[in-house]
Amino acid sequence: MKQIAVDPELSVSVLRTMWKIRRFEEAVEDLYGRGLMHGTMHLSIGQEAVPTAACLALNIDDYITSTHRGHGHCIAKGADMERMMAELLAKETGYCRGRGGSMHIADTATGNLGANGIVAGGIPIAAGAALSAKMRGTKQVAVSFHGDGAMGEGAWHEGVVLAAMWQLPVVFLCENNMYGMSMPADKAFNLEKLSDRAKGYGIPGVTVDGNDIQAVYEATQEAVDRARDGGGPTFIEAKTYRWRGHSKSDKNLYRTREEIEEWRLRDPIPKFEDIVRAAGTLTDEDLEAIRTNVRTELRTAVQRANAAPDATADDLLSAVYAR
Amino acid sequence: MTPTQSTLAAVETTVMTYAEAIREALALAMAADPTVFLMGEDVGTYGGAFGVTGELMHTVGADRIRDTTISELGIVGLGVGAAMTGMRPIVEIQFSDFTAQAMDQIANQAAKIHFMLGGAVNVPMVIRAPGGSGTGAAAQHSQSLEAWFVHVPGLKVVMPASADDAKGLLLAAIDDPNPVMFLEHKLLYKTTGEVSVGSTRIPLGVAAVRREGTDLTIIATGIEVSRSLEAAEELAKIGISAMVVDPRTLKPLDTDTILRTVKATGRVLLVQEAVRTLGFMSEISAIIAESDAFTHLRAPIKRLAGLDIPIPYAPKLERAAVPQVEDIVRAATDLVREW
Repeated sequence: MKQIAVDPELSVSVLRTMWKIRRFEEAVEDLYGRGLMHGTMHLSIGQEAVPTAACLALNIDDYITSTHRGHGHCIAKGADMERMMAELLAKETGYCRGRGGSMHIADTATGNLGANGIVAGGIPIAAGAALSAKMRGTKQVAVSFHGDGAMGEGAWHEGVVLAAMWQLPVVFLCENNMYGMSMPADKAFNLEKLSDRAKGYGIPGVTVDGNDIQAVYEATQEAVDRARDGGGPTFIEAKTYRWRGHSKSDKNLYRTREEIEEWRLRDPIPKFEDIVRAAGTLTDEDLEAIRTNVRTELRTAVQRANAAPDATADDLLSAVYAR
Repeated sequence: MTPTQSTLAAVETTVMTYAEAIREALALAMAADPTVFLMGEDVGTYGGAFGVTGELMHTVGADRIRDTTISELGIVGLGVGAAMTGMRPIVEIQFSDFTAQAMDQIANQAAKIHFMLGGAVNVPMVIRAPGGSGTGAAAQHSQSLEAWFVHVPGLKVVMPASADDAKGLLLAAIDDPNPVMFLEHKLLYKTTGEVSVGSTRIPLGVAAVRREGTDLTIIATGIEVSRSLEAAEELAKIGISAMVVDPRTLKPLDTDTILRTVKATGRVLLVQEAVRTLGFMSEISAIIAESDAFTHLRAPIKRLAGLDIPIPYAPKLERAAVPQVEDIVRAATDLVREW
């Protein structure tokens, strides 16, 4: 198992990805706040470690399914920030040509089968991609990112049942950010750990600290290796926290300011910076260079996306069916 | 001459049941393309609740005729994921009523993914589901739900009414790069017909004129096609010449043939098994009313449909719930005699 924080290349990669997610979402929040972005958005600020570490265990042609809170999954799997930003800015150059928006970005070139507006919608789809990989004999693995809220939906149950029966190469990765919109996960599910549920489906289950890069990476790598070797599905619960509201309309009536503050102190990004600095893997200058580079890249992405042509309604009717 | 008639004239045919025709299409598609497979409840050893897959699993293997748990939402969802990643899945939903269990994956996922993701991904899958009443299975196993699916952009909707159509349309549906709802009828499974030998496709979106006529045009779907043909025989005995048209695919819809045949007779009777309110025939009625065919009409458009009730159990009640041959004869006679 790789020790990420002692490997300079991996450490840079991890920090770049986490900063890209953070800065991308801060930019989205800012554009939205200034009335320059339309619709709604679901931010994963505070949760960056989960997709970043999980995708370290994946190959480019491995599949993921994502959620409404999916910017982090997209970026971690390798999507282009400019095309993502263009989509959110309703541009023709966006990933979905303005037809999907924040909740439906997919990037097939990097194995991302798409974000999903239905919280457990991606569970059976990921299992289906895993079935496809198994039938085609490709050794690809699928990871289904989902939230704790998805575990109340029937699609979660049915997808996991079929994946377990056929021992499909799929990992069900629950980002437990403590709330399904306003419903606390510890109230919703009568379980000490959400991974206790795995036993009932006859698959391995594990709970890890979702703000700990090494812990998430190790759990995912183990699950992915098992899946690739024909050992079937695994459930992982990665405990993390959503700093922002569920979406733009959230007044945070269901949690305390103190709770949010407490979790901000567990910010996964400076936490990992501290680890690599202490290990002597990267210097303060290295860390600052990563931040500066990402900031520049993001600024360029926003500028270019902004300058792109608006999405056109010209061929909407012919876009419904594939030919 | 309709495309089907010309096809039948040109190729060799053999007599088989509607269920056998579907099975043959499945076998041909699987032999031609290694990415085609079928999954569903009891489709393997059991051979399907209506015997459609029969012994196919023993020929093509349990990997390609896959028995699933009773998980309609999951099965369709796995189909979507497999379709997005290079396979051509066929999902059998045991009774079309159970699509209600799978509706998120049908309506929110399969139907929308291509459009919603900006055309980046296709979802080439077929969802086969038998519908219709007449088996005494009551309200949760007897519905005709085609209007649900036609109402969701992104789905294609096919309703084969004969053995030959079942085979040719299924082969075309499997080829299609979109999700196709393939709505079979339980009462048709054991009916026989001439079926083209080989892999002749019947393109989606082409209606069939099943019988030529001059006094009125009967447009019918599913089980009501054979009932309308039977009614047309009765009508002929009393001097009424009825044309019978089967749209065969509701989406895409062959509007040209519908309007042409309506104009030809000036009277139209629309027959569906599904409940009347906002049924597919309501749409056909509106299409006719909005077109220049309207000016050719000698009589108001007439709809004959299922009652707006759940399908009841008792044989007499069940029969009363949906249009029968005598209802079609009566409605057609009234239409011609009164106008």
